[in-house]
Amino acid sequence: MPTLTRWFLRSALVYLVVSLLIGVMLAAPHGPTLDVLSPVHIHLFMVGWITQMIFGVAYWMFPRFSSEAPRRSERLGSVTYVALNAGLVMRAIAEPMVTLRYATPWPAILVLSAVLQWLAALAFVVNTWARVKAR
Amino acid sequence: MPRLACWFIRASLAYLLAGFSLGAIMLALKATGHQGMAIRGLVPHVDFLLIGWTVQLTMGVAFWILPRLEGGVSRGAVAPAWLAFVLLNAGVLLVALASVQTLASAETMSSGRLVGRAAEVAAALAFAVHAWRRIRAASVDAQVR
Repeated sequence: MPTLTRWFLRSALVYLVVSLLIGVMLAAPHGPTLDVLSPVHIHLFMVGWITQMIFGVAYWMFPRFSSEAPRRSERLGSVTYVALNAGLVMRAIAEPMVTLRYATPWPAILVLSAVLQWLAALAFVVNTWARVKAR
Repeated sequence: MPRLACWFIRASLAYLLAGFSLGAIMLALKATGHQGMAIRGLVPHVDFLLIGWTVQLTMGVAFWILPRLEGGVSRGAVAPAWLAFVLLNAGVLLVALASVQTLASAETMSSGRLVGRAAEVAAALAFAVHAWRRIRAASVDAQVR
């Protein structure tokens, strides 16, 4: 298993635990303020756990691009990992702060988190597209 | 990788990018205080990522790696799997189009969304018809050989 896949998969497991813990907090009796964590709960699960797990396994198991570069670009793979996780963590903090109407710098951080997550998806698609090929 | 798996997986990658693009726009709108506009993109955002990306990728990989039939030379009835591909993508696109409120009357949009969702169910059924026989113990294949 490539090193980058191990990073993807272990990070995914961390997000799974954290997202389910937030789910427990939301299910327990709580004040209305805590409801701002609802979108964070969903996105840590869907992006941090499911999508990240897919990214890691696809990077590892999809058909080789070539014998010289089996996983196509390792740099794009790393960009995917760093951008996805940086974007997701920034989002998990900035989105509740924006919802609670905290001012600068949270809106700017939220926009940056959106750009980073989008960049991660773009890097993954570019790196994976050419590995999806018919024999 | 068989050709249909390529179609499924490449379409799922396209939906991944479309879903994340829409999500990024929604998040930026939320950050700039346009929460009302952001919420309009929610239905296609969820449909692109849940059905278009996750479900479609799963179908593509399943079509590729599930045990083959007839001693390992056949993937069985391929037509239902192609039908699933067409219906799933038509369904997702229809649901997304029906969410653009300015295209037609609210009633037409509602009907469009309903037809789109029905197409997604039909895609799931068609894929189940294809995959059912391929879900079996490995020893069955050895016995056939």
